[in-house]
Amino acid sequence: MSAAPELVIGVLLPDLLGTYSDAGNAVVLAQRARWRGIDAGILCVTADTSPPAGCDLYLLGGGEDAAQLFAIEWLARHRTLRRALSERASTFAVCAGLQILGTTLTDVQGRCHGGLGLLDLTTAPRRRRAVGEVITRCVLPGVGLLTGFENHRGATTLGIGVRPLGQVLSGVGNGVPPASRRPAGRTWPVGPSSGGGIEGAVTDRVVATYLHGPVLARNPALADYLLSRVTGQGFPDPDPPEVPDLPGLRRGYLSPTPPRRARFRSHLKPW
Amino acid sequence: MAAVRGWARPPPMRPARLVSSPQFRRGWWTWVAMRAGLAAGWLSRRLGLGAGVIIRGRVTLALCPSALSRLAAGRRVVLVSGTNGKTTTSHLLAAALRTAGPVAHNATGANMGDGAVAALAADPDAPVAVLEVDELHLAAVATAVDPAVVVLLNLSRDQLDRGSEVRAVAAALAGALSAHPDTVTVANADDPMVVWAATQSPRASTVWVSTGGRWNGDATSCPRCGTTLHGNGDRWRCRCGLARPAPHWVASEAAAVRDRHVIPVGLRLPGQFNLGNAVTAMAAAELMGVDPRRAAAAMSLLPDVAGRYAVVTYRERELRLLLAKNPAGWAEMLGVLDEARPLLVVVNAREADGRDTSWLWDVPFEEIAGRPVVAAGEHCADVGVRLTYAGVEHATVADPLAALALLPTGVVDVVANYTAFHQLRRRLTAAGGESTR
Repeated sequence: MSAAPELVIGVLLPDLLGTYSDAGNAVVLAQRARWRGIDAGILCVTADTSPPAGCDLYLLGGGEDAAQLFAIEWLARHRTLRRALSERASTFAVCAGLQILGTTLTDVQGRCHGGLGLLDLTTAPRRRRAVGEVITRCVLPGVGLLTGFENHRGATTLGIGVRPLGQVLSGVGNGVPPASRRPAGRTWPVGPSSGGGIEGAVTDRVVATYLHGPVLARNPALADYLLSRVTGQGFPDPDPPEVPDLPGLRRGYLSPTPPRRARFRSHLKPW
Repeated sequence: MAAVRGWARPPPMRPARLVSSPQFRRGWWTWVAMRAGLAAGWLSRRLGLGAGVIIRGRVTLALCPSALSRLAAGRRVVLVSGTNGKTTTSHLLAAALRTAGPVAHNATGANMGDGAVAALAADPDAPVAVLEVDELHLAAVATAVDPAVVVLLNLSRDQLDRGSEVRAVAAALAGALSAHPDTVTVANADDPMVVWAATQSPRASTVWVSTGGRWNGDATSCPRCGTTLHGNGDRWRCRCGLARPAPHWVASEAAAVRDRHVIPVGLRLPGQFNLGNAVTAMAAAELMGVDPRRAAAAMSLLPDVAGRYAVVTYRERELRLLLAKNPAGWAEMLGVLDEARPLLVVVNAREADGRDTSWLWDVPFEEIAGRPVVAAGEHCADVGVRLTYAGVEHATVADPLAALALLPTGVVDVVANYTAFHQLRRRLTAAGGESTR
């Protein structure tokens, strides 16, 4: 067997949390690391294996409701992995991944399930599914605008232990309505990070978002931020020449017209 | 509008002479609505707005909301549904059933209620109808037409923004089948989602077909209990008891095997998945009273399916037109592509395609490295980024006809998703591309 790679990216439960193609994030991270001369490997950890606790970065993707509950149970069962997630490794979680790392998760039938508790946030169902393009301004240094596609029914309220990943410029995001649109006389969860046009959640170990795309394929600066956090190296060049189509892709998604149209059309659909 | 709806009811009394005509048996207002639809379709074609199929159905349905059940009354209807292969299978089945008599068929792939109405109105006297139906519309269409046979091909993720998660689609199909206990289902035994949907109804009678599909990325967790499924393809089971049923028909090596009888199937359409589609069509044809050998002979003559698999000559290039719109479709298509042949990939993300292009990352594009590749379409940049990360050298040009100029002359494989495919076909026809087959 050859020497172990310098950077190991563990994709957790791609068989259950692979509905929205978020495993592409691992491909992006590994390739960008290799372009910088870092030997990176991807480890797919399916539900029928016992998970390794030694990965540098763990990825969780989006999945269907039944799979999500199974994933919580699976992660809670594997204690060494859980300890690695909370004490040592970095985690990048998308959509269902964000929800299962929270403290509680209420399903569509109104049943409340406990999450993994790695992130101080709770998720309850929205009345209508949030589907469409999203643009946010990321709070992480040097990352800038984020583009992605959201497709979820969660309204996520952040506690004081986490910061939002970004400010929503278009789209829904965490799904608690912004202050200006809240009906008068009703109390909403209060506090600096309790929704109001925000998206995702960040702690010093975890970056979580609702954005698909895959989000790291559309936002190389976020991929490089994660890589530099895991490897401790800085990457000054956010857009290396290796991906010639990226500027065109970002121009297309960050120009204001197409996402708005997509959002409007999604409201017209009866299902 | 309310007044028009009121007129839609048929008159209670009809002259005896007219009852003999099937058109009048359906009610004079249905006939008027049908004629109005045909006129609207003609106008739409003359004005160059499109093929006029959907407008035809919509006008008829607007005038007579019950048109679908009225037009289907008295006919034996087969509904073909699933994520991939609906159009191909319904074409194969229609070809097989035409050996026994006229068949109404929504051949253009307009697969919602309006397309079904247009197809039935176009052939008002055909005693048999084959209707391809979008999986999200199966319940509504089945309620209206009371089908004799429902064909369920496969269920995988497609247009997640529009539809819903695969399991929810399977649950809706299960509900539709339970509501029609006398309908016989022809279902794919290799697809756990399909098996789960088809076995929900206790009174269901099902003919199982093993199609031998390549994709199982959407069924690694059990649709019934959510845990991991063990095995795939022709051997899978879950500890909750959901397991692959023993198939009545098996697609294998250019033949259909039915109860140890081997029936050769020589198709002009490429790929194992089309053999699976053909064997499924043979099972349905047998239920409709057509001998499987006769069905196989009729299906072997089909050169292309609504332009898919057609070969078109355009500017010294022979284009093999292929359609793939999701990871499962691509997984099948990769087996059909020639390794040495230049490839044009065309991707749009309009409403009918699904707005989210994430699915491109579940296609193993790494496999196409080593041949000349151009990414085109309205979302060519998404394809281009995906190809770069897959290590595939390529060029990126939004306009697919301009993109062709970058590829060598000779035979070129073209794989496009739904709206990109239809757009490209229209443009090739307009630009004088010649169909060579």
